[in-house]
Amino acid sequence: MLENHAKLMQFFSSTDEIVGRKKLQKMIYILKKCEIPFEERYQFHFYGPYSEELTLRIEEMCNLGFISETKEEKKNYYQYRYELTDSGRDFLTHYEMDLPPLNVHIEEMNGRSSRFLELVSTMLFFEHLPKEEITEKVFTVKSAQNYTQEDIDEGWKFIEYLRSIH
Amino acid sequence: MVYRDEKLSEEKVFKDPVHRYVHVRERVIWDLIGTAEFQRLRRIKQLGTSYLTFHGAEHSRFNHSLGVYEIVRRIIENFKDRPNWNQEERLLCLCAALLHDLGHGPFSHSFEKVYKLDHEDFTQAILLGDTEVNKVLSKVEKGFPKKVADVINKTYENKLVVSLISSQIDADRMDYLQRDAYFTGVSYGHFDMERILRVMRPMEDQVVVKESGMHAVEDYIMSRYQMYWQVYFHPVTRSAEVILTKILHRAKELHEEGYSFKLKPVHFLSFFSGEPSLKEYLALDEAVVLYYFQTWMEEEDTVLSDLCYRFVNRKLFKYIEFNPNSQMNEWMELYKLFTKAGLNPDYYLVVDSSSDLPYDFYRPGEEGERLPIHLLQPNDELKELSRLSDIVESISGKKRTDHKLYIPLDRLEEMSNRSKTKKRIMEILFG
Repeated sequence: MLENHAKLMQFFSSTDEIVGRKKLQKMIYILKKCEIPFEERYQFHFYGPYSEELTLRIEEMCNLGFISETKEEKKNYYQYRYELTDSGRDFLTHYEMDLPPLNVHIEEMNGRSSRFLELVSTMLFFEHLPKEEITEKVFTVKSAQNYTQEDIDEGWKFIEYLRSIH
Repeated sequence: MVYRDEKLSEEKVFKDPVHRYVHVRERVIWDLIGTAEFQRLRRIKQLGTSYLTFHGAEHSRFNHSLGVYEIVRRIIENFKDRPNWNQEERLLCLCAALLHDLGHGPFSHSFEKVYKLDHEDFTQAILLGDTEVNKVLSKVEKGFPKKVADVINKTYENKLVVSLISSQIDADRMDYLQRDAYFTGVSYGHFDMERILRVMRPMEDQVVVKESGMHAVEDYIMSRYQMYWQVYFHPVTRSAEVILTKILHRAKELHEEGYSFKLKPVHFLSFFSGEPSLKEYLALDEAVVLYYFQTWMEEEDTVLSDLCYRFVNRKLFKYIEFNPNSQMNEWMELYKLFTKAGLNPDYYLVVDSSSDLPYDFYRPGEEGERLPIHLLQPNDELKELSRLSDIVESISGKKRTDHKLYIPLDRLEEMSNRSKTKKRIMEILFG
């Protein structure tokens, strides 16, 4: 029961908090691309890979009291902060998770901007293409973000590092 | 005249109960409709298992695809002389609208979940592979199939074009809400689409709606909300979906255990291994699936035969409200009790959640999370819908999720009243 929710709770249990839904979306996608077996289905959206399923599961976990969500008003928008609750921790004790430790991945991603994670997840979305085509595709679909070649090089280094962790 | 500009000698029309008429003038569109891959959509129901709840819901993805095409055609008609709109993109939009659901299989969502597939991958494969659709598109120009595939994949460079087919207020949703309301017979899926189309405006990278059209959009949002809870998440439909999913699991499990089926599941073998070829994928439509279910009712494996009997004859599981947080211990006890009662809990004790459903309702979300619906104000500024609409703010701010526990109540009732196991199960389930 709720195995996919439990995997997400395991993710939250590996960190103090996640700030921002956009960041959360991109982090789970990047972890999936690092062979961490999250099941949420992603599609490409205006801001890169996005999973409606993930949004719904987070909402369910908040409503069940497994995760706490704090809404913070920013200048022109709202931002959301997520933490695993004690109920969530209790729930997790009923599961034997086959996930590898995620704390290093999460710490690395938490230290990066959501703009950078948007770039990395977009690069991974086009990973099946040759590298030059990926660059071209990123410049085309993310023209508004004004990413540079240096950003993309940094993105590849980051991906390589994340994948070397295990 | 080049193929891309070729017109039929006279306009063809399809009678349609939602849009009255679907108009076709382009040769390319007419040829696409005639392809084997597009005609296959007639054999895939739009609403999957909902026909077991709403007997009218037998409409197909073929109907819906034509509807989406017609809506996009009308939007473009309104856009043609407006700034930001490039009429050169017209044919591309029409093709993408028509073909956006091409990769859907029978009871898509369950198949995808169980066999780890993605219908979007098959849409891409049909558009770009050795298919009749690809042949038609390639006649337009060499790179045209890829362009259509990019629009449907939402990775096309012109985001305005993408947003016509896929956004929070797109032709896809506008068609299925009205069509599903019509065929289910419910009264709450309606909204004034003509008004919305009139107030839609093309911007550089998205479609927006003039602020004066806000109330028509509110109706659309209400329709989405009500259809979600009243039709898409109907518990009886979900019960059928639970059984269907369990049949697919059971068949795969039996195959992996080396079980000898009376009727070899030839059409399913590549699905069991997780890698159906395009040809194999296209060969499996709902008629084929239902044929297997009918035949598997005679299988010796009692779980498979029982589940198939239930699906075919609508002997569905009953449901109760369930809270996975406060009832975790009860669930664990039920799991053991069901095993003791000879009911395999992996198949007969199922929690279904709202996130198991491939539909959603409008949420404004966070900055940079997902593009919301924007209203165009008289001063040309854009504002997110819920910031201006109290109605939308109140329904999108309210979090609503749901979990239910599905069980074969008939099997429990058949047990002896002296059985302590039965007594305890009933106590937990019904107090």
